[in-house]
Amino acid sequence: MENAPLFSVKVTVNGQLFEREVEPRLLLSDFLRHELALTGTHVGCEHGVCGACTVLLNGEAVRSCLIFAVQAHGQEIVTVEGLTPDGGREALHPLQEAFREAHGLQCGFCTPGILMTLIPFLQEHPQPSEGEIREALSGNLCRCTGYHNIVKAVQLAAETLRHG
Amino acid sequence: MKNRYIGKPLRRNEDARLLTGQALFVDDVHIPGMLHVAFLRSDHAHARIGSIDVSAALERPGVVAAYTAQDLGDYWQPGPLLVPPPPIKDIVFHACTQVPLVRDKVRHCGEALAAIVATSRYIAEDALDDIVVELEPLDAVVDVERALEPASPRIHEHIESNLAAHVVQEKGRYETAARQAHRIIKRRFLYDRGVAAAMENRGVVANWDEKSQQMTIWDTTQAPIPIRNGLAAMLGLSESQVQVIAPFIGGGFGPKIMMFYPEEVLIPWIARELKCAVKWIEDRQENFFATTHERGQVHEAEMALSEDGRILGVRDVFLHDTGAYDPYGLTVPINSQCTLLGPYRVPNYYSEFKAVFTNKPIVTPYRGAGRQHGVFVMERLLDIAARELEIDRVEIRRRNYIAPDDFPHNHEIIYQDFAPLTYDSGNYLPALERAVEMIDYHKFLEKEKARLRAEGRYAGIGIVSYVEGTGIGPYEGARVTVEASGKVCLVTGVGTQGQGHYTSFAQVVAEQLGVEVSDIRVITGDTREFHWGTGTFASRGAVVAGNACHAAAKAVREKILKLAARLLKVPEADLVLEGGRVQVKGKPDQAIQLGDLARQANPLRGAVTPGTEPGLEATAYFGPERGATASGVHAMLVEVDPETMMVEIKRYVVVHDCGTVLNPMILEGQIQGGVAQGIGNAFYEQLHFSDNGELLNASFMDYLLPTALDVPPIETDHIETPSPLNPLGVKGAGEAGAIPTGALFVQALEDALSDLDLEINEIPLSPQRLFELVEAAKLERTVVS
Repeated sequence: MENAPLFSVKVTVNGQLFEREVEPRLLLSDFLRHELALTGTHVGCEHGVCGACTVLLNGEAVRSCLIFAVQAHGQEIVTVEGLTPDGGREALHPLQEAFREAHGLQCGFCTPGILMTLIPFLQEHPQPSEGEIREALSGNLCRCTGYHNIVKAVQLAAETLRHG
Repeated sequence: MKNRYIGKPLRRNEDARLLTGQALFVDDVHIPGMLHVAFLRSDHAHARIGSIDVSAALERPGVVAAYTAQDLGDYWQPGPLLVPPPPIKDIVFHACTQVPLVRDKVRHCGEALAAIVATSRYIAEDALDDIVVELEPLDAVVDVERALEPASPRIHEHIESNLAAHVVQEKGRYETAARQAHRIIKRRFLYDRGVAAAMENRGVVANWDEKSQQMTIWDTTQAPIPIRNGLAAMLGLSESQVQVIAPFIGGGFGPKIMMFYPEEVLIPWIARELKCAVKWIEDRQENFFATTHERGQVHEAEMALSEDGRILGVRDVFLHDTGAYDPYGLTVPINSQCTLLGPYRVPNYYSEFKAVFTNKPIVTPYRGAGRQHGVFVMERLLDIAARELEIDRVEIRRRNYIAPDDFPHNHEIIYQDFAPLTYDSGNYLPALERAVEMIDYHKFLEKEKARLRAEGRYAGIGIVSYVEGTGIGPYEGARVTVEASGKVCLVTGVGTQGQGHYTSFAQVVAEQLGVEVSDIRVITGDTREFHWGTGTFASRGAVVAGNACHAAAKAVREKILKLAARLLKVPEADLVLEGGRVQVKGKPDQAIQLGDLARQANPLRGAVTPGTEPGLEATAYFGPERGATASGVHAMLVEVDPETMMVEIKRYVVVHDCGTVLNPMILEGQIQGGVAQGIGNAFYEQLHFSDNGELLNASFMDYLLPTALDVPPIETDHIETPSPLNPLGVKGAGEAGAIPTGALFVQALEDALSDLDLEINEIPLSPQRLFELVEAAKLERTVVS
């Protein structure tokens, strides 16, 4: 019943390098939330279905509850806090602004995961159809909004991002 | 005067924090040295405890403490009865409430047996495997109908059967109506269980500070003030020693209004025992059986009708599955009983229900809170009557609506707030006509349906009505303060779980004070800030707390006008409040900023006039004599794939009347989200139990929530019939979207599959269940022909 040995993890999160000694079984979601105090990433199911814990790993949207922190060693992560380095005091990211404008969030618990799913999606689909947006969102559960305002927010954000 | 802020679709004050990951949720609370708790839960639904041995767990490095029921001493008490039975004649009610840890007998799967406290959640969960439990499994009571058979195992030995309650409410004489009826429709209706599945699971952090003798608790509750009062009493502390904070909550929907969950009672106790901070965060699997459920009922109903389709009377006898305990009293079945009457004139009504204990998780309100079942029964009876009497579905509803001049309308039975079920106001026909127009009901039935059918497609239309009793008492309060900065602070006792209170309540205050909504800082759900009130439930936030905000803002407005009139030497009637200042009408240079006024109202020298109070601040309360009745009509177009029985919702229309609208953007969001949950309830979500009472699909892999691919855009329109029972004229809206969806779904499906004369009298459905029903209907037709 000895505790497991610790491993050294070096990761870049939101542009900053962090180094921590962690158990190999520590989930990336718990690492971000409880070791680095980046609590904007939320945990809704811990079995990879709800998408609330989605972050970017080397630019790709991944579920941080399905990855161990040690697997992120040497890689680059962006969390919701990374979208507005000043905490949104000056301005929100156009995607966040669109969610606010279109009322794309209610309780806001699932929202960080949805934003992080959409960042690479909008890079790959600058002019998405409604069907493509709904497909992209289908791996993120939201219990409050009924999704339609999220779809509208994505359309709005795509337009802003296209026209800069 | 025209509203400046109320009724405007203003963007939300709270969004920036939520969108940037800066909003505090319970699991975000971190206190140095904090310990973590995990619960050992029973795999059995019904079992007698032999022994629980935690000694091996205590050996594990990192484990700090382990507790079973025996370790709690006098603190071990069944939870309080949260809602006593209403004053109904000859009512039978047995209160059997949940326990903090099982002592003698397990009564539902997932009930907590022991708690482990460790330096990390990982270690606490590891140590659960070290606990040795001896249980003697008993036969489980799973089926609500068999639970009352004399041979059924008993769940609570001190009462003579599994009957939790028996209630009869009657208006007129149904038998007389039945004797005079042209037609009697009689059916059996089933409604099965689901979960609320808020995206945030429950959680509690408690911190006992030995030096200041203060307990601080962060709790995912919809009712922080009653939790504080109850926990202070249980812990033997003064209420002022306990602070309960419900910070940002990731969705409530009802199960978080259930109070004194075992974990909620234990975590603060453990914090005091160990003199430190302790955290417990529920995982998703625990949420499926340790958080409360809803929806299991079986109805045997009949309706007596005249030849022209007028309702002469309704008789409904039903069983309500309350699960292993009934701490929330009879709110859910009483809501079913009362909401069944809907927007219709029902001269004679006999309603009888039995609430029944089963070996399943506890049932307490979940968005709709029993109203769904009543609406389902009534709308189904009307659909079947319409078919048998060859009257159009819209027409039979129109003929039975309560007329607009028939309000207040007293149904002569008792509602969940213990007051007689009296509708304050309503105007139902315009909503029906608008929905018919929006969905193009007649064109679909006359042309489109046949055209699509000729193409081999199965399309159908549905349209249903409902009312929702909202905004019940007892009261809520609010405090409004103009600060020296000129900004305004608004505090209210209710907590918030995504409803936009930071904005809609601010709009109510801005209307009175003439300040920008973004300049009003709203604080909710912190007992240190405000400690009188009940909570956020029963679609009552906007009605009860909203009107308290209005009253407090009005009182502050009066103070502002009084002081400004004195300083500016003009009569109060000559002053206007706008742009954050008080100004003499027509003389923009004669004005004073609200911040300056606030400073003058709170001087550092001199005297405050006797009989006045310092500052520009007021606290006010609002308690309605009874609830406000909202109403609406939902309509939908569906298409069924005859191969897969998958249903596609082509259009979904809601015409809703919740009186005065505070913020239409937020209101529509509430309706859209409610409909999405209704769709889940109708076609995706169902809990499956084994014969032993194990929950078989306790994960998001197996229990399907609707996704962005399943929920269509919801088209909405509003009728405004203000409530006469509160100054703002508002009615609640939080639950409306979810209430009629099941009834609507089956009506539209029957229409789409009308070739088969299919009748669907159950919810939830699924493609598989629809396939079974269609095959059974086909078989019946073969046998008949």
